[in-house]
Amino acid sequence: MGRFVRLAETDRPPVSLEIDGTMVTALAGDTVQVAILTNGFALRESEFGDGLRAGFCLMAACQDCWVWTVEGERLRGCSTEVAAGMRIVTKGSTWQIEPS
Amino acid sequence: MADRTVLIVGAGPAGTRAAERVAAAGLRPVVVDEAAANGGQIYRRQPAGFRRPAQTLYGFESGKAVAVHGAFAALGDRIDYRPLTLVWHLWESEAHLLTGTTASRQQYDALILATGATDRIMPLPGWTLPGVFSLGAAQIALKAQGCAIGSRVVLLGTGPLLPLVAYQYARAGATVAAVLDTSTLGAAIRALPALAARPGMLAKGLYYTAWLLKAGIPFHRGITPTAIEGTDGVAAIRYRTADGIERQVACDAIGLGYGLRSETQLADLARCDFAFDAVARQWLPATDADGRTSTPGVYLAGDGARILGADAAEIAGKLAACAALQDLGIAVPDAEMAAYRAALAPMDRFRVGLDTAYPWPAHFAAGLPDTAVVCRCECITAGDIRDVAREKGAPEVNRAKAFSRLGMGRCQGRMCGAAGAEVLADALGVRLEEVGRLRGQGPVKPLPLATGIAP
Repeated sequence: MGRFVRLAETDRPPVSLEIDGTMVTALAGDTVQVAILTNGFALRESEFGDGLRAGFCLMAACQDCWVWTVEGERLRGCSTEVAAGMRIVTKGSTWQIEPS
Repeated sequence: MADRTVLIVGAGPAGTRAAERVAAAGLRPVVVDEAAANGGQIYRRQPAGFRRPAQTLYGFESGKAVAVHGAFAALGDRIDYRPLTLVWHLWESEAHLLTGTTASRQQYDALILATGATDRIMPLPGWTLPGVFSLGAAQIALKAQGCAIGSRVVLLGTGPLLPLVAYQYARAGATVAAVLDTSTLGAAIRALPALAARPGMLAKGLYYTAWLLKAGIPFHRGITPTAIEGTDGVAAIRYRTADGIERQVACDAIGLGYGLRSETQLADLARCDFAFDAVARQWLPATDADGRTSTPGVYLAGDGARILGADAAEIAGKLAACAALQDLGIAVPDAEMAAYRAALAPMDRFRVGLDTAYPWPAHFAAGLPDTAVVCRCECITAGDIRDVAREKGAPEVNRAKAFSRLGMGRCQGRMCGAAGAEVLADALGVRLEEVGRLRGQGPVKPLPLATGIAP
């Protein structure tokens, strides 16, 4: 169940990935944004305290679909294709700088 | 001559045809494109493994889409194609590139910018809620991913994309709850003489609208949207009818857009002169008929120069390439360039017609409540902009940016710039052109902290 509704191309191979600690199923060729929004209703939280966001332009212009990998790499959800075993966090970067 | 570098930014219809023409002259252009595949937005490719035929994806335009894709594929290694690569800055005849997390530089003797356009957005209360996407985004979700943006979709705004996306959604099996058009039938009728410059385009627009009416999809013209309702996502759209009656439509997704705006930041970084375009209500890079800018060796083609659409972009791409070749001292037949110029002539008349039929609702800016978010990157409201105009005396958009951060966020004004300028001009009581334009700044898109330099 999610915000986006699949209307076509549903016979692609499934891909498993982790979003905020939960395993979900997407389809090969999905963007990270589509993987998140076919499994849920929002993509991230605004850093400015006005609540949830789900992206806006889908053409790499607005930068409102940023998520992170658990390793701390920032991804633009609309222009990054899913890969099996991806571990995505949507609530801001979780990595910490190691104290030296 | 073969050592001269022509750099083309963008691999949509304009960039493709420019690359083809430069390659035909025996040069090997560098083609940089941010997307994974060529085609641009209008002829955007679906990923590998998707099977819908071109006819399903591009409808009446499928022949042209296939031709543009084929032309690009046929170029093979006669071009130096660099997909997934961003041009984030231009400085002294060098483009600064980013591929993944690797930065590099590319010198050029001629630069053809075919950077396209994005949706032109007028905000309204609630437009940052999950479920509100740009109209172009709604189309991309379907075209490139086979998805609808929601299970009960309202399409809101104006322009040729509005009935087209509604038609494509309904045809694909999505539920279109309503099409809410801010333009009026009267405006469309007034525009007919200019729109007749391109009878085929006019006929297609009428076809989509007639199809929607026949399919029983509610299509309301002359509306004024007032707010999008919802808490954690879109629940409804409120609007006033042309007769002033308040209405509400329940929905879980909205596609929002009022035509397109040219993507001009790289032209700005190339130090091109700009002029105010009264039709687009946007400051646009000044060019001659062939796409030459005020900066020697820099050319524009396609919607990034002005919004003429894909057919014009193909011609403008070839014409800009001819101009660049000519300026590099390579002979180009006069008749060829004259033919391209003649083919472009009706396109501009049509552009004026489109603006008459589907006007940008500049006057909505004055009616935005103070609490309405204009900049979705950093939640800067209409009230914040009015405050910097009235209390801090910002006389133009760059001062307003410095005071409020409007246009300073991660989108660099691509989403908020058009409406923000209208709000500022209204608050100051001046004409739009008097508040100027947001100066482009490198990097035009955020760079990762992990960016490294290519060896």
